[in-house]
Amino acid sequence: MILDGKSPSGPLAEKWDRRRQELKLVNPANKRKYKIIVVGTGLAGASAAATLGELGYNIEAFCYQDSPRRGHSIAAQGGINAAKNYPNDGDSIYRLFYDTIKSGDFRSREANVYRLAQVSNNIIDQCVAQGVPFARDYAGYLDNRSFGGAQVSRTFYARGQTGQQLLLGAYSALSRQIRAGTVKLYPRSEMLDIVIVNNEAKGIIVRDLVTGRIESFAGDAVCLCTGGFANVFYLSTNAMGSNVTAAYRAYKKGAYFANPCYTQIHPTCIPVSGDHQSKLTLMSESLRNDGRVWVPLKKGDTRAVKDIPENERDYYLERKYPSFGNLAPRDISSRSAKEVCDEGRGIGASGRGVYLDFADSIQRLGEDTIRERYGNLFEMYERITGENAYRQPMRIYPAPHYTMGGLWVDYNLQSNIPGLFVLGEANFSDHGANRLGASALMQGLADGYFIIPYTIADYLARTEPGNITTEHEEFGHSREKIASLTDKLLSIKGDKTVTRFHYELGRIMWDYVGMSRSEKGLNTALEKIPALRAEFWKNVRVTGQGHELNQELEKAGRVADFLEFGELMARDALERNESCGGHFREEYQSLDGEATRDDQNFSHVAAWEYKGADNAPEMHKEPLEFENVELAVRSYK
Amino acid sequence: MNLTLYVWKQKSKDQPGELVQYDARNVSPDMSFLEMLDVVNEGLIRENNEPIAFDHDCREGICGTCSQVINGIPHGPQERTTVCQLHMRNFKDGDTIYIEPWRAKAFPVIKDLIVDRSAFESIIQSGGYVSVHTGGVPDANAIPIPKEDADISMDAAECIGCGACVAACPNGSAMLFTAAKITNLAMLPQGKVEAKKRVCMMTEEMLNQGFGNCSNHYECQAACPKGIKVSFIAKLNREFTKAVNIFSEPGE
Amino acid sequence: MQSFINSSVGRKMLVAVTGQFMILFIFVHVLGNSTVFFGGLNAYAAKLHSLPLLVWITRIIMSTVITVHVFFSIQLTLENWKSNPGSYAVSKYQRSTFASRNMIWTGALIGTFLLFHLLHFTFQVINPSFAASANMDALGRPDVTFMVISSFQHFISSIIYIAAMIALALHLFHGIQSSFQTLGINNERSMPFITKSGSVASVILFLGYIAIPVIILLGLLKGQ
Repeated sequence: MILDGKSPSGPLAEKWDRRRQELKLVNPANKRKYKIIVVGTGLAGASAAATLGELGYNIEAFCYQDSPRRGHSIAAQGGINAAKNYPNDGDSIYRLFYDTIKSGDFRSREANVYRLAQVSNNIIDQCVAQGVPFARDYAGYLDNRSFGGAQVSRTFYARGQTGQQLLLGAYSALSRQIRAGTVKLYPRSEMLDIVIVNNEAKGIIVRDLVTGRIESFAGDAVCLCTGGFANVFYLSTNAMGSNVTAAYRAYKKGAYFANPCYTQIHPTCIPVSGDHQSKLTLMSESLRNDGRVWVPLKKGDTRAVKDIPENERDYYLERKYPSFGNLAPRDISSRSAKEVCDEGRGIGASGRGVYLDFADSIQRLGEDTIRERYGNLFEMYERITGENAYRQPMRIYPAPHYTMGGLWVDYNLQSNIPGLFVLGEANFSDHGANRLGASALMQGLADGYFIIPYTIADYLARTEPGNITTEHEEFGHSREKIASLTDKLLSIKGDKTVTRFHYELGRIMWDYVGMSRSEKGLNTALEKIPALRAEFWKNVRVTGQGHELNQELEKAGRVADFLEFGELMARDALERNESCGGHFREEYQSLDGEATRDDQNFSHVAAWEYKGADNAPEMHKEPLEFENVELAVRSYK
Repeated sequence: MNLTLYVWKQKSKDQPGELVQYDARNVSPDMSFLEMLDVVNEGLIRENNEPIAFDHDCREGICGTCSQVINGIPHGPQERTTVCQLHMRNFKDGDTIYIEPWRAKAFPVIKDLIVDRSAFESIIQSGGYVSVHTGGVPDANAIPIPKEDADISMDAAECIGCGACVAACPNGSAMLFTAAKITNLAMLPQGKVEAKKRVCMMTEEMLNQGFGNCSNHYECQAACPKGIKVSFIAKLNREFTKAVNIFSEPGE
Repeated sequence: MQSFINSSVGRKMLVAVTGQFMILFIFVHVLGNSTVFFGGLNAYAAKLHSLPLLVWITRIIMSTVITVHVFFSIQLTLENWKSNPGSYAVSKYQRSTFASRNMIWTGALIGTFLLFHLLHFTFQVINPSFAASANMDALGRPDVTFMVISSFQHFISSIIYIAAMIALALHLFHGIQSSFQTLGINNERSMPFITKSGSVASVILFLGYIAIPVIILLGLLKGQ
């Protein structure tokens, strides 16, 4: 099937306005009759729930955390882009649009990306009005910095905690609506299934994580704002609880999963220290502004840093990409680090690490300047590694960080199931094959504050409010299915812990579906994952009971989904016979090792449809048409 | 290294709890405190015992989920560090470690080391926001804000809402948490509009939720993983004075 | 909205303000006391009693101040006890002090002492034989000096006074800086200064008050 993204026609800059005129509205007096379910309360979920509640809809918001303020958006450090052009350095909506689409390696939908750039400015205005303490200059105006190799300074930031401050802003707006009674919040609640009635999304099944009760919630529409799936790699910069369950179970109910192979591996994370490692910590990319990346020239060189003379060091990013140097984009920096480590030149006990060296900058600018710029990051690094990065280079290595792929949505953020909307990282729409730095926060808030309020009305205006209740038999079926899944997990009583299975899955994913992929490797993954999954269902040990707070059971359900989802990722990666952005296929590279795109055959979105446990999923394509940009080779040499 | 742990175990809110002894063997100094507990839990599961339940999520010190009192100090011995960022190199072989949940009337224990912090939500819901609609706001640069003010606002806004301040307070008071939010907003022109109402509502809600009164022990600042300062409590007190000043005319 | 008198911060402010009133009072009191070293105590006492209006106004204000201070302190402390369900198996204090954690007890000691002190030197019923009202000096004034010196020559009396002053010093050690914080009349720059000044003031007051019993006990100040 050929999918239609339903982009509006007309000139690029007028598309969103045109769409807004076409969209139906809901009469103010009728809004309170509609109930909207919002799952997830990170940036996308909190901003959507707050805005929709304020408009007068009845909102029920769910999160697995104990507070909406703890969504993993909170961990974003660097900043948020907007095309304000405050520094007068040549930025514009078009330029932000172009940078985003180029960074995505021309694998995103033009109209969506342009709209994102358009509303970016409103986001900054909104956040400032909420009391987000963005950094300011001495005249009292907002400060901007250049980020992730951008040629203009368009990134707004609040120290190294931009995500935290934006989320607290959205959370405060949400709290205001909870107080006003328009939003009802269900914390410590995990969505385990979506309920589809007559092919429309009409509710969800939730497990109360404290009592273990399986409960039904009916609504007139459902918004999934449940984030990304980088935890399929076991080790990632995501929070421990971040999972694919909500999105994957929607997929199993018929929603298409688009581009699952597009994952972003962030180049500057703290390397793994041992088998006990439970997660990876990101060090802000801004460090690359003043740090130089290198490894020893010789293989297996175990000398101390001070004993390696300058001419025996390989500053490989500066060597390979003279014009961008250490600021080369994320996917390129990450892959280069993997290459040098694969050659046996990696540093540290595991050999999986490269140096990020500040010695030159400290000599040039003084230790105080470096401390002023990155003091908190150096502190964090020392807390985790016990090493002082003013005295010796940091050790860094890439880590899974963000997933561009997600549930397929049209221009209105509606999935192929009417009434099911997907926002933020959980959808696939705006970042193509690789995300531009400081754009994740922008997309989450754009979707929640400024897009969904318009587009969801169009769907609701065509629906009768409250026509489906939890009495409907579909809810009963769904509840039974979830209850039996829980019973099954608890009854296996095998020998291996859930975490162990997750760990083994992560190894498979990282080795074969990680930073660089090959047909052979992907086929290996496609053999190993089902085998591991089969073992899981025979041999997993989940302690405790279903009707109580049971963290092992929570994990087990999530890992069970990752064990299926990993296969979908590998399948998608195998199907995409090209290299683009975060998806690098070893067979498709130029002579000097650069990614080679195939626009002829792969300028499309791959959206997968679930066909049952025993059948391969079916791929549908949404062709990507570019009316306004020329498909260029992404070069950072 | 090998450690002896005494961990608070409590089946549910209504049942009594007790300290239970566990052994942590072969702990690497590079482990985080929570990774050490992961290893203990994996061992417990392998022996068919129930693992220790504890709250955690981002494991990078920002989400504010983790909440353990380690040897009498919320978030453990290292200053300005959450439990998830505390590493085992801060302990030595043979140490005995007591791990307890936050204790305060307003934070009932749900299970083992997990407590219910929804009282914090109620405080924010009572007024910890600017009542701004989505859309229809002025340009972000329309109101310049002195850098010093924005910086103080940001200092206060760094609060992660973990509740260590309450856990450390001999009075179980939430003043530092409340003061951080009050200061965050009161330092900015956007927040000044509702400042008087906000401080009254939030401090009232604090009492309603069963938190105690601040008596300036300053344990909260010592325990705060983000270094939120008690000078913000003085700021809250000043804001309160302004709000209840019977001599001021409306509009002043 | 709740009223000032029910609010957490409002009641704390009342405790702080009344506390500062009492600090003012005990400063004046210690100055008055020190006239004993220059033989001027009888004159000072006689002068005070020639101004009954001043004495009674002060008495009324101080009684009110003390009542408010005691009432709200007890109320707030009871609330705080309720908010803290129990202690940790291991407790380790980092910033609070013995003084800050025992305000209610040092306060109670001071209150008890105050009653004793009133019975002793104001109503003069504890040692009627030394009572100033019963012994006139050469100029026919009540002999307060004789009463004070005779009383403190009793070891037990002096010890009671010195012990009470330890409680007072502890109470002030926390109370002075705390009252500034509660009233919000400090900031990050002034706070260390206020804290230090509070500690110094409590030490000075302590020394000022115990000087009399100590010097008398040591026999350095004797009656005629």
